[in-house]
This record gives sequence, C-alpha cells and structure tokens, in this order.
Amino acid sequence: MSRGNARTAIGQPARMAVVLMAVAMFVAACGGSSASVSPSASTDTSCAPESLALKTAGVLTLSTDNPAYSPWFQGGNEGAEIWIGDYNNDPVKGQGYEGAVAYAIAEKLGFTTDKVTWIVTAFDQSFAPGDKTFDLFMNQVSIKADRAEAIDFSQGYYDVAQGVVTVEGSPIAGATSIAELKGAKLGTQIGTTSYDAIINIIQPDQEPAVFNTMDEAVAALDAGQIDGIVADVPTTFYMRDAQLSGGVIIGQLSGTGDGAEQFGVVLQKGSPLTACVNIAIDALKADGTLDALLLEWIGGSGSAPVIK
Amino acid sequence: MATGSARKGLLVATLSTLVVAAFVAYTIGSSPAWPEVQKAFFNGRYFSTSLPAVAEAFTINVRLFILAELLILPIGLLIALARSITTPALAPIRIFATIFVDFFRGVPSILIIYVLGFGVPALQLDGVPKEPFFWALVTLVLIYSAYVSEVYRAGIESIHPSQERAARALGLTRVQALRYVVVPQAMRRVIPPLLNDFIGLQKDTALVSILGVVETFKQAQILKAASFNFTPLMTTALIFLIITIPMTRLVDRLAAKDRNAQLGGTR
Repeated sequence: MSRGNARTAIGQPARMAVVLMAVAMFVAACGGSSASVSPSASTDTSCAPESLALKTAGVLTLSTDNPAYSPWFQGGNEGAEIWIGDYNNDPVKGQGYEGAVAYAIAEKLGFTTDKVTWIVTAFDQSFAPGDKTFDLFMNQVSIKADRAEAIDFSQGYYDVAQGVVTVEGSPIAGATSIAELKGAKLGTQIGTTSYDAIINIIQPDQEPAVFNTMDEAVAALDAGQIDGIVADVPTTFYMRDAQLSGGVIIGQLSGTGDGAEQFGVVLQKGSPLTACVNIAIDALKADGTLDALLLEWIGGSGSAPVIK
Repeated sequence: MATGSARKGLLVATLSTLVVAAFVAYTIGSSPAWPEVQKAFFNGRYFSTSLPAVAEAFTINVRLFILAELLILPIGLLIALARSITTPALAPIRIFATIFVDFFRGVPSILIIYVLGFGVPALQLDGVPKEPFFWALVTLVLIYSAYVSEVYRAGIESIHPSQERAARALGLTRVQALRYVVVPQAMRRVIPPLLNDFIGLQKDTALVSILGVVETFKQAQILKAASFNFTPLMTTALIFLIITIPMTRLVDRLAAKDRNAQLGGTR
C-alpha cells in the first residue's frame, strides 16, 4: 500500500526532472557554438597525387547524388549498378558538364581515368558533420557563405542563372515580365537557390511549392498543380526537351547569372585538397577547357530571353 | 502518510536521474567530434533565426491534424461497425470495410500520399481538387480511419457478450444494443488508444511536405538546405514535442484513471 503511494508521489517530480534536464541539455547544447574554430584550408601547395590526403590512397573518390540528371551528367547508364533507371546517368561515363569537369579536375590533379572512383552521396549527407566518404562532391551546389561554415567550397566552375519553364496552356505560358509571374503558383526543388530566386526576385503573391526532387515538381506541373518551375537554366531546357509534354521556356531571371551565383565542388571542411582543386580549376579556366566543356554540354541548348 | 519514504524516494530518483544525465552528457560532450556536431545540430544562431518561420509553418500542420481528426473519428467508427455486421445480406459492406482496413493499414503512408497527391490530380478530371493540402488530408483520413476503426473494434469486442445479450433480453434490437449499451462502454475504453493514434497523426502531418506544401518540416528543410546546418530540424522537433508531450501525459492519466475505475474502488 504505502509503496504504491510512494511511487505515485515521486513519479511526478522525477518525470519533471527528466523533462527539465532535457530542456537544459538542449539549451546548453545551443550555447557557445562559436567556440569551435575550424582549421583554415591548408596553404601547402604540394598537390602531387602521392602527397594528397585521400579517402583511399592513390584513388580520387568523386561523388554525386543519385539520380544524376542531364545536362550535368549524360551518356545514359548502360552497365551501371548504382545510377540505374530511365533518364539516370552513370557519372563514370564522364559525360555531361559536371561529369566532364570532374574528370578534367581529376586529370589536372594527376589522376588518370582508372584512378578515379565514384560513390553516391545524398545531398544532405554531403554537409552532415563528421568525416566525409568522398574527396570531391559535385552536385550543382551553389556557393554560399552560410554553407561554407559547414564544408569547404572550391572556387566556382559554373555561373548559374535561374530560369522559368512552364507548359502550354499554363496561365503564365506567354509571360515576358516578372510582373506577369507574380500571380503564379511556382514550384521548385528543396535546397536549391531557385527557391531564393522565387522569394527574392519574383516575390510571388502565393507561397511557392517546394518539392523533394525536380521530378516531383515536373509531375506537379504536368498535373496542373503548379503554373511553372524555377530551376537553373540548363535544367529548364532539359525539362522542356525531355520531361515535359508541351514545355515552354519563359526565360532567364534578370539579376541571376553574371557570376552572382556559382556552383562549387564540396569538400570536407578544412580539407587540404581544397587549395589543390582551386589550382586545378584555375588551370582549366586558363587553358580554355572549362569554356570548351560548357559549349559542348550546355552551350548548345539555346539561350533564354531575360525576364525583367 | 509515509511522507518519510516518499521524500527518500524522491531524493533517490533525483540523484539517479542526475547521475545518468551527467554520464550521458559527459559521454557525448567528451567526443572529439562533439563541437562539430553541436555546431551542425544545436546552433543557437540558427535556432533563433529558424524559430519564427518554422513555428508559423506549423499552423498548417495544426490545421491539417485538427481537420483530419474530426473526419477520422466518425469514419473510423462507421468502418468498425461495418466490420462487425453479421447480417448475411449485408456481407458486401463487411467485406469492403475489411479490404479497406487491410489496404490502408498495409501500405506505407508515404506511398499513398504520392499516388493520391500526384496521380489523381494528373487525371485532370473536372471538379476534382488539385490542392496538395486537400490530398494530404484525404490520405491521412484514409490511413488513420483504418487504424482508428481497429481501435474501435477492439473496444467493442472487449465488452463482454453478456452485455449485449442482456440488452437483447430486455427487448432492444441488435442496433439499439450496440448504440445504447455496447458502444458507450467501448468508447470509454478506447479513448487512450485513440489519443495515441491522434499523436501519430500529428507527427504524420509532416508527410504533406512531399506534395510541395511548405509546412513546418519542409520549412525546416528549406532553412537547412540554405545554410547546410541541421538546427532548423531540431527547432521543428522541439515544436512537435511541445504539442505531443502534454498529450502523452494526458493519455497516461486517462489510462490510469480507467484502470482505477476497472478495479472498482480497490485503491
């Protein structure tokens, strides 16, 4: 009898204590986060393949997400074991703009094709704390100051411009100005700077729809749930040509492009490799390789009118 | 009565909790990678910047689970009653209800929301809504009605058959016996498990994010992807806890009250 009573009597405060402690731990966990200072990128410029600190010695481990989309990765996936399914591309082929740039960087670092391996890294995994499983991650990641607190970025290898694509019959199909896009229900993929472009440049009256993948945004546009998609310009062309029926390019948003936003290679925070990758990209810019690859994989897809 | 042992119990409980908490905190805190994890998941700056946006987006979740629960409770009961029909002529209703429950309990919610949310609007049928919120609501109502109907059914079947027989002996029809004798008693018993499912429903409102709706989880994901910092997700977790913990406590209390009532005064 008295044991039963005692248990109910202490049960309440004890539970309260646990809750309070949990809250206290959360608050404590939140405090003092500025205390840790990450080491700055190594200035050691010894970038010979044998002196690089790699995940696997002698092999450059490259990484991207799955699926790998055109025009960033191309060439299909015949014989692939990981990047399988229609419209997916095996990065091992070294085709598509990012695929080709990845191999060009590898070559400048001194790795022949057979000394390069590819692994899958989900977008969120690429910036999760802890040791990375890759040396370089390339997945159309835009360089931003906040993001650079979690990981290292190389210098940019692509100037991003944001574009708008829709389908025939959509209320914005004939739009030529940003004013005409304001009433539209626009959609994009989560984690993209396209979302920022919608919020900051178009400033629509309706909350944009934000999907987990661009495929779902395409499905929603096909189903008439949204009026248009904002994505980087090459992706809008790919959607028009391969994914949408009756796709229409509205144009490129003014204020994007011109180097305002760039894709960079993601590396582990403080990676000694970052400086070497930057040197490699510098060399690719100087010898015209980057321009040539741009023309080969993206330049041919046409140009979009600027929407003001 | 027994205040001495109660006080001693409280002291022991507090001490042991403190020791365990200190041990856990030390183990985590002494990990060499803790500063990095702390910066990525428990970052004060991102907590305070994400709180307003994530909290505002939570109103969508609240609207969703309240509307859904209001539909689930009656629909679930109807399905439970349909499944307990014994009249041979009405067998199709019972069979349909059984298939409904089997299907919506058996398929992962995320798949149902994909098919309904993207598939049905793509049919472009006139008069069929395209709003993702609508289809998220439909999905949650279908899935949770199936679960809740089983809770009701268990409750109905837990009422001793003698109750129904006594009611029938008094001249009530089977429907009347259910309506006035069995279901009211079953209701009292099923309130704790119903609340349990309600908590599950509240958390599952995050599924609507798949359809592009910027509810609290999606808002947190947007902020996370913009900054490459996971703290906004922790902010959302905290908001969910603020809502669900009081409800869990309420379930505990109701269950305890029910247990006491069953024991009929033997306290």
